[in-house]
Amino acid sequence: MSVPVLSAQNIGKSYGSGANRFDALKGVSLDIAAGESIAIVGKSGSGKSTLMHLLALLDDPDSGTLLVEGTDAKKLKGKEVNRLRNQDFGFVFQQFFLTANASVLDNVVLPLKIAGVPPRERKARGMAALEQLELADKAKNKAINLSGGQKQRAVIARALVNNPKVIFADEPTGNLDTATGAVVEDILFALNKNNGITLIIVTHDIELAARCDRQIFIRDGLEDTTESGIPRKRHAGAHAGAHA
Amino acid sequence: MKFIDIVKTAIANSFRSKVRTGLTVIAIFIGAFTLTITSGIGTGVTSYIDTQVTAIGAADVLTISKAADSTSSATEGPAAYDPSKATTVSLGNGSRPGTTIQALTAKDITAIGKTTGILRVDPSVRVTPDYIEYDGNGKFELIVNAAATLTTADLAAGAQLDNSSTTDEVLLPTTYLKNLGFADAKAAIGKTVSIGITDYTGVQQEAKATVIGVQNETILGVGAGLNQHLTDGLQAIQVTGAPAGASDSYATATALFDASSTAAEITAIKDDLATQGYASQTVADTIGSFQTVINVIIGVLNAFAVIALIAAGFGIINTLLMSVQERTREIGLMKAMGMNGGRVYTLFSTEAVFIGFLGSALGALAAVGVGSVVSNILADGVFSALPGLQVVQFAPSSIAIIIGVVMLIAFLAGTLPARSAARQNPIDALRYE
Ligand SMILES: Nc1ncnc2c1ncn2[C@@H]1O[C@H](COP(=O)(O)OP(=O)(O)OP(=O)(O)O)[C@@H](O)[C@H]1O
Ligand SMILES: [Mg+2]
Repeated sequence: MSVPVLSAQNIGKSYGSGANRFDALKGVSLDIAAGESIAIVGKSGSGKSTLMHLLALLDDPDSGTLLVEGTDAKKLKGKEVNRLRNQDFGFVFQQFFLTANASVLDNVVLPLKIAGVPPRERKARGMAALEQLELADKAKNKAINLSGGQKQRAVIARALVNNPKVIFADEPTGNLDTATGAVVEDILFALNKNNGITLIIVTHDIELAARCDRQIFIRDGLEDTTESGIPRKRHAGAHAGAHA
Repeated sequence: MKFIDIVKTAIANSFRSKVRTGLTVIAIFIGAFTLTITSGIGTGVTSYIDTQVTAIGAADVLTISKAADSTSSATEGPAAYDPSKATTVSLGNGSRPGTTIQALTAKDITAIGKTTGILRVDPSVRVTPDYIEYDGNGKFELIVNAAATLTTADLAAGAQLDNSSTTDEVLLPTTYLKNLGFADAKAAIGKTVSIGITDYTGVQQEAKATVIGVQNETILGVGAGLNQHLTDGLQAIQVTGAPAGASDSYATATALFDASSTAAEITAIKDDLATQGYASQTVADTIGSFQTVINVIIGVLNAFAVIALIAAGFGIINTLLMSVQERTREIGLMKAMGMNGGRVYTLFSTEAVFIGFLGSALGALAAVGVGSVVSNILADGVFSALPGLQVVQFAPSSIAIIIGVVMLIAFLAGTLPARSAARQNPIDALRYE
């Protein structure tokens, strides 16, 4: 059995201190194998984004251990963490976090700029990523002038421009209408299927969750194992019911 | 992130909030402008003095006078009269009218001559001619610059005075030319002028002298220079008919020492003279005290400029703190994409340094422009009597230093905001609204 790309062992995270202390994540364990697609599902405020940030090494867990390809994340040097964030992980944030007045291309090539890729190559790779997402014609536009769906595609282009091994997508379709959402979904699953990129998706959308190989249910900072055994169709309905 | 990309990004960032950057740049501009102007004045005045008084030939000369009487201080009143010692100098021997100073007598001159290290000593005689005339063009007052033989003149034409010459030589300031009837400086060289002087009995006599050179007007004493031979000749006329001993006291004497003396040896001679009760100054001392005054004035002006720059430094801190706050999310995003803290720090300090560079380069440039124009206007106006004086002069090296110092101040000011940017945790920064 190969070493999982990411392995969380009973990780927890709390915010604030004293009376304001809030345990957002109370101990979640999970293994993610290379090439897998995984959905993290749960109610709003249940701790999905928190879990995702911990997995992507954007934040440090307060308890438990996180292994990255078998190595304890705590033991990784700052430089190594930065390399992982820059080269191995691509992140699609729940909000877009595009620089409003910079061009779409400039936004997309930011990870390459940080990596120190020379301008010419940066441009070529940025354009390739934009083409993949059918946004090449908008490359020179200011990011602020894109439509919601275009912005979502631009941030996906940014996440995959450095050929990551893992893409983290926090609510990638949350801001989109069903048609555009479906386009974005297709792009993500194509990347998973064709390029072997590991996909970790946080979503409310049952259909999207159902397309993933595996679903993790989070409730109040804990994994809800009672739901995970339920067949996909039925579970999806149940989840929708819980939301209504 | 490559350094070149950091610099480009930093420059682009500083232009993103134009008003804020602009205001900070203005603050730095004012400081750099002032600093450049004051340093320009320093350079201008110093270089003027240098050309005026390059005391090349006179480095081996001491001007000696009686040290001020210690018993006659302001609090204790005048000292008791001592007939063996005190002779106040009479007019015509170098004292200022209305003042009494202790004079050097023939005895003093001998004593000074015997001091080790002194090669020769001459009492300074001050001649007061009545007029100067050329070719019947009318008589004009002649003011004698007693220091002329001690310094090397800034010549407009001709040659320096020669004290060992046996001809009577006069060095005229450019301002005398027109009145005396010379077309220009060159035309005056070699011409013979008449100098009128009244002797002790009140009879006016006339002496002839050759114009050896024409000198640009100096700030260290106006008037014509006379060589030793002419001075001696005029002095001889001046004391004609005087009772013996009447002119036997002098305000100052000039002593010659070995030109190859070291600074320590010169100090030893001066100390020796001091213990005997004589005050002595080399030309360098005289010029030195003059330059000290100018340096103090320039130092004070510079201090004001530095205060302005320190104030501007706080402007930079403020600008960058706002900039860091405004871009918190961007910093979070860059860190989430693997940018390390050091690079974030460099990015923001580069922005600070760039703002500093912009302000100081513009300030220095404006100062050079304004300074040059003002200097030219002054040279033709207020300072037209001092040919060759460019009050404001700019040395490229000092401008480079000013820009460098301002950029350093900007860097230091940027340290605090840059550190707070570098320390952001990516998720906290991204969550910032
Ligand atoms: N920095 C913080 N300080 C305090 N509480 C926080 C902080 N970040 C998150 N929380 C809390 O932790 C809990 C989990 O937040 P999280 O963002 O992980 O939820 P989520 O499952 O992603 O929700 P949503 O589906 O709405 O995005 C929430 O109750 C939230 O209020
Ligand atoms: Mg969330």
